[in-house]
Amino acid sequence: MLSGRVLTPDEVVRELSDGMTIGIGGWGSRRKPMALVRAILRSPLRDLTVVSYAGPDVGLLIASGQARRIVTGFASLDSIALEPHFRNGRQRGTVELTELDEGMLHWGLLAAAHRLPFLPIRAGLGSDVMRVNPELRTVRSPYPDTGHPGGEDLVAMPALRLDAALVHMNRADAVGNGQYLGPDPYFDDLFCLAAERAYVSCEEIVPALTGPPPSLLLNRAMVHAVTETPNGAHFTSCVPDYGRDEEFQRRYAKAAADPDDWRRFRAEYLDGDEASYQKAVRR
Amino acid sequence: MTGSTADVCVVACAEAWRGDGAILASPMGVIPALGARLARQTFAPDLLMTDGEAFLIDEAGKVEGWLPYRQVFTMVAAGRRHVMMGAAQIDRFGNQNISCIGDWARPKAQLLGVRGAPGNTVNHAVSYWVPRHSRRVFVEHVDMVCGVGYHRGSSGVRGSSPASQQSAPDLRVVVTNLAVLDFLTPDHAMRVRSVHPGVEVADVLNQTGFELVVPDDVPTSRAPSAAEFDLIRRLDPDGTRAKEVP
Repeated sequence: MLSGRVLTPDEVVRELSDGMTIGIGGWGSRRKPMALVRAILRSPLRDLTVVSYAGPDVGLLIASGQARRIVTGFASLDSIALEPHFRNGRQRGTVELTELDEGMLHWGLLAAAHRLPFLPIRAGLGSDVMRVNPELRTVRSPYPDTGHPGGEDLVAMPALRLDAALVHMNRADAVGNGQYLGPDPYFDDLFCLAAERAYVSCEEIVPALTGPPPSLLLNRAMVHAVTETPNGAHFTSCVPDYGRDEEFQRRYAKAAADPDDWRRFRAEYLDGDEASYQKAVRR
Repeated sequence: MTGSTADVCVVACAEAWRGDGAILASPMGVIPALGARLARQTFAPDLLMTDGEAFLIDEAGKVEGWLPYRQVFTMVAAGRRHVMMGAAQIDRFGNQNISCIGDWARPKAQLLGVRGAPGNTVNHAVSYWVPRHSRRVFVEHVDMVCGVGYHRGSSGVRGSSPASQQSAPDLRVVVTNLAVLDFLTPDHAMRVRSVHPGVEVADVLNQTGFELVVPDDVPTSRAPSAAEFDLIRRLDPDGTRAKEVP
């Protein structure tokens, strides 16, 4: 990261543009860069393709009509099995889907991070993932083995190249190094490396990162700007700073089931800025 | 000791992991999770299990390892895992659907998505848990093949090449509230392995939307032993398992 790239969430979103493919880190309803997603909701951005282990990040961008296509293997709130806006969007036909096995998504990010056109994988073979993604190709191994004298056929998972990545860390420094303190890095480093530009929101920008070396997931060569968003993963979990706000998540899911309820929910929580959101969820 | 339907199902799920050795057991659902823990505390002590987040936890609750999602995917690809998944639909050759019901392009009901089912079924042992055995679940053709079965019937798909190119899946059992089913037939068509106490074979056939293979002698699923019964009650003192079956 070039120095001096500590931005506000709105400044981050002004660097995005219509039609972009945006990768969002975290997993389900865990450590999602929700403050950045909320900043997108306040922007006129549209026609986005969103690559994500999907949770309410994807749900909100479907509800706002800003996501044209989702690339994922699921959309879940974890403690609530199905993301309600994703379900609505699919059943009403308001959003397109590239449906991949979870491992294929990982492999597509890894291929993009390594600047490879594809990586071979077994996942997908024989399944309807191949039917609903007719652009997927298989590749034959050039190396014979005992089970496959002519070479094994594998799925050639194409690189999932991203125009931008949005991830949320527990800590970062002002030059773009990022640290997660929870149990799982998810795939946030790969999202960053797969992207032209990676934006890191964090609970706190600190002068120096301390803690276990393996927690230092992102280095500043992977990152293009940092933004400090306290409670910025709310209502998803961001342990050890905070767990998932289950009560709020239930309210979100309930509101999503009814258009009038959803309009009220939007007005109460999402139509204002991040400060008013944070104030509203503390009431 | 007879035990409730839920108890019999816990034991049947536990039996799925018998003989698996030191592999990752990944149960989806209350009863499969109790089954895996019962197996580990009795006849399958080498099984590994996670806390549902990123840690491997032993039976005493002690952390014995770290398994973030990327490492789970590596275990999947390495074949060191036996998952018991749910199924919104399953056909006679074990093709499973958890993604959506109806036309994929605009589903009548969006469900979980394919999740890891395609990768699981081409990489390692897979069993299924169906808490409500019915014709809605046991169907002639699934709407979206997520977990790969032994054959596609007439509807071939790219990447589903002849047996010479692709290794067969390793589907172990389908445990339901009525019976245990498997694929131990010459063409891997689903077979009744046992029926739970009080269930007739005819009940199972009535609730299945395709023709099941029925051996001459269908045994009764085994009930928990007294020790297993005590263990199940210790693992689930609030009886949440009973809520998962009708």
